[in-house]
Amino acid sequence: MLQDKDRIFRNLYGFHDWRLAGARARGAWDGTKALIERGQDWIINEMKTSGLRGRGGAGFPTGLKWSFMPKNDPRPSYLVINADESEPGSCKDREIMRHDPHLLIEGALLASFAMKAHTCFIYIRGEFIRERERLQAAVDEAYDAKLIGKDNENGWDFDIVVHHGAGAYICGEETALIESIEGKKGMPRLKPPFPANVGLYGAPTTVNNVESIAVVPDILRRGGAWFASLGKPNNTGTKLFQISGHVNNPCVVEEEMGIPLRELIDKHCGGVRGGWDNLLCAIPGGSSMPMIPAEQCNDLTMDFDALVKLKSGLGTAAVFVMDKSTDIIKAITRIAYFYKHESCGQCTPCREGTGWMYRVLERMQHGEAEKREIDLLFNVTKQVEGHTICALGDAAAWPVQGLIRNYRHVIEERIDAHRTAVKEAAE
Amino acid sequence: MAVRRLHPEQPLSFAFSPDNLAWAKREIAKYPPGKEASAVIALLWRAQEQEGWTTEPAIRAIADMLGMAYIRVLEIATFYTMFQLAPVGKTAHLQVCGTTPCMLRGSDALIEMCKEHIAEHPHELSPDGQFSWEEVECLGTCANAPVVQIGKDTYEDLDPELFDKLLHDLRTGKPVKAGSQTGRQASCPAGGPTTLLGDARRDTEKV
Repeated sequence: MLQDKDRIFRNLYGFHDWRLAGARARGAWDGTKALIERGQDWIINEMKTSGLRGRGGAGFPTGLKWSFMPKNDPRPSYLVINADESEPGSCKDREIMRHDPHLLIEGALLASFAMKAHTCFIYIRGEFIRERERLQAAVDEAYDAKLIGKDNENGWDFDIVVHHGAGAYICGEETALIESIEGKKGMPRLKPPFPANVGLYGAPTTVNNVESIAVVPDILRRGGAWFASLGKPNNTGTKLFQISGHVNNPCVVEEEMGIPLRELIDKHCGGVRGGWDNLLCAIPGGSSMPMIPAEQCNDLTMDFDALVKLKSGLGTAAVFVMDKSTDIIKAITRIAYFYKHESCGQCTPCREGTGWMYRVLERMQHGEAEKREIDLLFNVTKQVEGHTICALGDAAAWPVQGLIRNYRHVIEERIDAHRTAVKEAAE
Repeated sequence: MAVRRLHPEQPLSFAFSPDNLAWAKREIAKYPPGKEASAVIALLWRAQEQEGWTTEPAIRAIADMLGMAYIRVLEIATFYTMFQLAPVGKTAHLQVCGTTPCMLRGSDALIEMCKEHIAEHPHELSPDGQFSWEEVECLGTCANAPVVQIGKDTYEDLDPELFDKLLHDLRTGKPVKAGSQTGRQASCPAGGPTTLLGDARRDTEKV
């Protein structure tokens, strides 16, 4: 288990002061100027050494992403921080922004410096109103203390704009987020060109998740090697896990990457409701990841590579646990409804496919379907997956595929039960 | 996608209050010259806070302020689901999260209670015009599910009993406390923290 001395988010639950004074007492803004003086290349190298993989879901190495920014470009560069945390199950960035906002602000300065950006936009989802107020207050504090702004004491001119959305899941997709900041509908752009070449206002832009940026100051202060020594090879460091659903004590907790799922649930969440044997399945990384049935959960470790092997993914490490009382078809139908609601409507396979999948599942949930429709549904998910500009189509297709792969018998039983009931009623 | 259209009955005009106008100008100035459109969401938000909902005259006025075509601002107002395109309850508009993590913890019961105590359909005003509700998608507070957002605040860790009390308190004008309704600290495990048991202060050791 991760020791307290290796935790980055020391005020995760807000027991302590979130303001500058409190954050400083916890080690934030300590020697930031010295870190900047070591130069861009040192920072990027240290990030590469740390092995940090992006915490927004895709797990792309952060240091590598930063190194994609063009050198000697006459256009301004931008850092955009993605705080549009909307993946069902995810609730970690909220804790960072309301309880440890200075970690994020300091990380934003260091990351922006590494990419030669003088302006950073933080895009917060519309629902996080209190979090936005808190973050803005912390940004104002940092300006007043001359930690950021023009001619600040850290020696890198730097502005932060806290920008907010208004309720659109799709704006968590990096190019949709950029469109949204530009004052348009959040519709993803075709890639290439990638944001590193043509991003916000047509300028080089890197989009990073809140957690990826908030861990930067600690990594740089303690060294990339320290971060790399935690977790597992290729899955290094610490991670905020968010456990919801049928556990006794749902919570957010910082743990080492690669922690066994069972240890995570038993140690921090008081176990699965009704005991470990009452587990039906777990969705390991937010709603878009296919579920893992209980029999595969026993030795499951929570890291990118182990979950990919099981045709799922770590995503944002948002675990939702379902016990045996769960109507699994209903649970997945609700996820399908979510994607239907959140599809931006740009690509036909997604706009039409998400609604189609939801309507079929809605019938299947009550057994009002034909068994051949199960294969048809699977076929449709394959026609949505990979045929859209952004990953929302994939995200909508995967949980449905997971349902059919793992619980086809449940769907069939329900169809049979419905048939029998209809027959009996007719007689 | 959700079908969202403007309300058939619209007020005749819209103008920002002097305070809000000054605020709007500061907001626009945050973005590079020529990129005023970036402030559109912020301005629509402020207009909604001022009027209670997003009206067509407000959409036009904001388009004029930012040098945008009306249709572009209309697109924004209809695309982003937090813009209320019809009047909402005067006391409270309840946004009940119904996505799977909340569903697993019993949000269905809360939605039934809304139907019973507020109005049969979402976005419909209660008979006294004081309340309205809607089912929303994930509010991002899943470790504190189920959750209801009212205005700026979220009310977390609800169950039918606690929700009934919340509704009652809102109706009778009693003060309500935002956050967890069971009294737990943020997303800390209910029985007390399992980590960070010592002093939060710590020297950042250099490796």
